[in-house]
Amino acid sequence: MKILGLISICITGWLLLSAVSDFPEWGDPHSPANSYQVSQHYITKTFAETSVPNMVTAVLADYRGYDTMFETVVIFTAGIAIIGILRRYDSSSNTINKPESFTEKPKEDLIIRTNCRLLIPIIQIFALYVIAHGHLSPGGGFQGGVIFGASFILLSLAHDLKTVQKKLPEGRILTLAGTGILIYAGFGFATIVLGNNFLDYSILSKIMLGTPIEARSHSMLGVEIGVAFTVAAIMFSIYSNLVSGGKMKEGL
Amino acid sequence: MEFLDSISGKFNYWVYIVLMMIGLYAMISKNNLIKKLIGMSIFQTAIILFYVSIGVKDGATIPILRHDQVHHTHATEYHHEITEHTSTTVTHSTAAKEKHTESGPDEISINPDDFANPLPHVLMLTAIVVGVSTLGVGLAVTQKIYREFGSIEENEIIKKITSDQ
Amino acid sequence: MIWEFDLIILIFLVITAIISLQVRDLLSAAMIFGIYSFLMCLLWAEMAAVDVAFTEAAVGAGVSTVFLIATVFRTSRRSSD
Repeated sequence: MKILGLISICITGWLLLSAVSDFPEWGDPHSPANSYQVSQHYITKTFAETSVPNMVTAVLADYRGYDTMFETVVIFTAGIAIIGILRRYDSSSNTINKPESFTEKPKEDLIIRTNCRLLIPIIQIFALYVIAHGHLSPGGGFQGGVIFGASFILLSLAHDLKTVQKKLPEGRILTLAGTGILIYAGFGFATIVLGNNFLDYSILSKIMLGTPIEARSHSMLGVEIGVAFTVAAIMFSIYSNLVSGGKMKEGL
Repeated sequence: MEFLDSISGKFNYWVYIVLMMIGLYAMISKNNLIKKLIGMSIFQTAIILFYVSIGVKDGATIPILRHDQVHHTHATEYHHEITEHTSTTVTHSTAAKEKHTESGPDEISINPDDFANPLPHVLMLTAIVVGVSTLGVGLAVTQKIYREFGSIEENEIIKKITSDQ
Repeated sequence: MIWEFDLIILIFLVITAIISLQVRDLLSAAMIFGIYSFLMCLLWAEMAAVDVAFTEAAVGAGVSTVFLIATVFRTSRRSSD
């Protein structure tokens, strides 16, 4: 099997390497991908059309908003699939035989707990900053959501999975994940109700009291918040299922 | 030096193929399921490296407008807001709309060659987050297999399946 | 973009990819895979893709390493190859 794999990847790699000479030079501004009018339009017209300086967020949440909405649905589906694969509701004594290196459970360390108590609020504030400034600086719903979920993962690593579950039970996490997608889809349906295309935010200026260009900028922020809800909740849900083997009782 | 320049134009593409083949080899011939998943992740990042390499421009900056480019138009918008507040609140939105269309877009001049191509970045940003959730599903399946067969080595699992039949 | 910097990171990337697949201890493999992700993040920041680099730093180097360690904790730590 190893020899067979080696031969096949050598053939595939040789084919791909022989095609490299046809690629444009690395960093060429006039290569087909860089001189195509779609990307030129995004660079030159984004600020005039949406008043958002960060082109990546503008394209992500506005021009390609339909794409991003279903990427969020993919993440939600992955979280649900992991619950479907791993979750066990029985409380039988069918424990897994852990390897020896992990069985010694050390006592909870004072230094680690104090450090985490200091760090977690800062991490969460930073996550909120990343979400709120996603259209002005690098960042956005995906990054901020992952950082926010990581702060809960840090809490459950420092203390226990149960400590987090007192604050965030499983049902509440999944409700938050669904709320995120509903916020996103709600913006889309609001645009339909007001008479525009799906996720064409400029019509929302009727509700938001601003110019259509400002409405696009503010709707992007709302959509990013929706994405952040889903991503943060699903990241913590995946972690808690993986680390407890689906029992949601004891963790690392 | 010319030789180095000729290499430097292409080596990103070579390395992306090397990384992709490392990941593919791990997915085909590694015995351990977690090693296979790490190989899958390396494959994914190699594809993302390829896409990001396409969008690079020589001498270009990050695809976020600089402060002075934004500030110029913000100053005019701020002026609009002042005039809006002095006008009546009933015609608030319509007046602002007209003001914005008459000035605004033409005043900014942005050269596309000064900014990296944002389109590959957008496509790959979502690919990374979807990649981590597929990695999570793969790890969940691995745990389920371990629970059923007590092993994550491929040959031991196949041995157990054939001996059960 | 600075191509000397780019070349150095690419060499380290190939080395860490090979090591993370060759090492027998799966916990070490997960940690070295985290280093690989962080090098990839540096490479993208250098190529002016700041949003992609930010996502990779949060997701690849942070959360996916934690997922791998969680699975290693629940399954076996030793690998035969």
